[in-house]
Amino acid sequence: MEKFDKVHGVAAPMPLINIDTDMIIPKVHLKTIKRTGLGVVLFDEMRYHDDGQENEEFILNKPAYREAEILVAGDNFGCGSSREHAPWAIKDFGIKVVISTSFADIFFNNCFKNGILPIVVEEEHHAVLMEDAHKGENARITVHLEDQQITTSDGVVIEFDVDPHRKHCLLNGLDDIGLTMEKDHHIDNFEDHASQARPWV
Amino acid sequence: MSPKTLYDKIWDAHVAHEADDGTCLLYIDRHLVHEVTSPQAFEGLRMAGRKVRAPEKTIAVPDHNVPTTPDRVNGIENPESRIQVEALDKNAKDFGIHYYPVNDVRQGIVHIVGPEQGWTLPGMTVVCGDSHTATHGAFGALAHGIGTSEVEHVLATQTLIQKKSKNMKVEITGKLQPGVTAKDITLAVIGETGTAGGTGYVIEYCGEAIRDLSMEGRMTVCNMAIEGGARAGLIAPDETTFEYVKGRPHAPKGAQWEAAMDWWKTLFTDEGAHFDKVITLRGEDIAPVVTWGTSPEDVLPITATIPHPEDFEGGKVDAARRSIEYMGLEAGQKLSDVEIDTVFIGSCTNGRIEDLRAAAEILKGKKIKDGMRAMVVPGSGLVRAQAEEEGLAEIFKEAGFEWRLAGCSMCLAMNPDQLQPGERCAATSNRNFEGRQGRGGRTHLLSPAMAAAAAITGRLTDVRELM
Repeated sequence: MEKFDKVHGVAAPMPLINIDTDMIIPKVHLKTIKRTGLGVVLFDEMRYHDDGQENEEFILNKPAYREAEILVAGDNFGCGSSREHAPWAIKDFGIKVVISTSFADIFFNNCFKNGILPIVVEEEHHAVLMEDAHKGENARITVHLEDQQITTSDGVVIEFDVDPHRKHCLLNGLDDIGLTMEKDHHIDNFEDHASQARPWV
Repeated sequence: MSPKTLYDKIWDAHVAHEADDGTCLLYIDRHLVHEVTSPQAFEGLRMAGRKVRAPEKTIAVPDHNVPTTPDRVNGIENPESRIQVEALDKNAKDFGIHYYPVNDVRQGIVHIVGPEQGWTLPGMTVVCGDSHTATHGAFGALAHGIGTSEVEHVLATQTLIQKKSKNMKVEITGKLQPGVTAKDITLAVIGETGTAGGTGYVIEYCGEAIRDLSMEGRMTVCNMAIEGGARAGLIAPDETTFEYVKGRPHAPKGAQWEAAMDWWKTLFTDEGAHFDKVITLRGEDIAPVVTWGTSPEDVLPITATIPHPEDFEGGKVDAARRSIEYMGLEAGQKLSDVEIDTVFIGSCTNGRIEDLRAAAEILKGKKIKDGMRAMVVPGSGLVRAQAEEEGLAEIFKEAGFEWRLAGCSMCLAMNPDQLQPGERCAATSNRNFEGRQGRGGRTHLLSPAMAAAAAITGRLTDVRELM
């Protein structure tokens, strides 16, 4: 996995609450057997008209936000399905950070597995970031993972929390499976114990 | 020893390793796999030269993409769907995992097949690359959905990297009124907590109204725990559970059954155990409900009217306005005046035999409204066979329903069963998101009995009027 360090980029505002995984990527695009190439259908039903033409009103179609690397989104972002196609599409579009007041659990997990940093902030900070994001392409936001800080275009610094293990994996681009396999003997021991305690499993 | 919740007990029995910061390797007893969220995981294994660590604990079945019309025995027409199902055929064979192919009578929705075959047992950890894995919590199993990267992680290591969630208790006291079902309970709870109310929690459902439910009903309740944002939903196992499990193909037998029962009977929340959040609803207060908007939290009794967006606060004002417009409704309109084009009975929420019985009970000797499209998609081939044996299939067909083969079907519309733009559906499934059942489609979630009532009258209907 690519290492995550710092992002300095345009932030797109999406204040709508409860943006679900069907909105992020509708099921018609889940038939792929690959992880890549889904950026073009990110937010498909909001982003394109029925005839396939771009909806000019949609935030990521506006010239200022076409290269957005950060999303400032409404509460409970990513609710719904477990489809990892949602973070795959976000990543493929070029977005590396999603900021909200809360995320759905599975989506939140899935982001870290794909080098995307989801950040939970308090409502007051969310309002500041949302306002900054509305300023368009001249208002670049900086997200520094090592320092756990977001800096707005006006220089306001907002600190954020991140799980230390996940931070370590993102900063170093580590693959979870490789790390777990180093603990193989613990899994062997558990299986030995469990096969005695619960042989029917 | 300090008192533990049911969740604490199952969690503690499955920690293979705990790091200093509380990050755990949680051992997984059953890994269920379907065709949509697994191809990239198997590809990852191949690229890294890894094997499936515990193929005997891994069970696969295609369900999301499969057509439900009788001609599917001739193969799947849509090339992309076919490729995904063929990839699962191949992956199951190459990696030596249990498999129920499309034309096996035991094929069906993964969350219906697991319990039906006795793979899901009390006290287990169960995962699947599907958010409705929460269903299996009905057995007192810790069950939740995972993404594809985690599917690959479980395939390779039989563990998940997890931190423990908080404990939440949802108690439903007393008895349910006639016409009120497990679906109404689970929707009413989400109406109360909101779709983010369970985020960070594992919910234990308890109380007399939950105890009185059959296993089918309990699965319906736990299935939608994820719609309330919870990682998982649980119900402590009891005689109803043991009765359901006993004799299933993969349930323990003989001395192993006795040993299992000894442990299963300890799986309950101890007196005085701590819950971080408690919600209590009175069973008597729950009415037959429907959803009016595009979030499962948009729940109201069938006797209510469409709300005004201004009645809400914060971000919900705009969300409600958008929902009402998308749904083609008017604030103040009576829910029972909303006309329906299509009725869908099925899904991992309500595709079990008891659901079909409840709908057939209402439909017996009646016809669906002229012009109505109505379909029943049994949750598995075995549910379908049983419904045919009990004469339910005849009731559905005579009423004017299409009688389909098993699969996820119109719940998420990955197969040909889809809504057209503007088409309005009364559905027994679990999500009413924009476009969920087809681009521009409009979904009202309700119970099987309520769906049957809507099919007869052609509008959202209080099932109690037809009882």
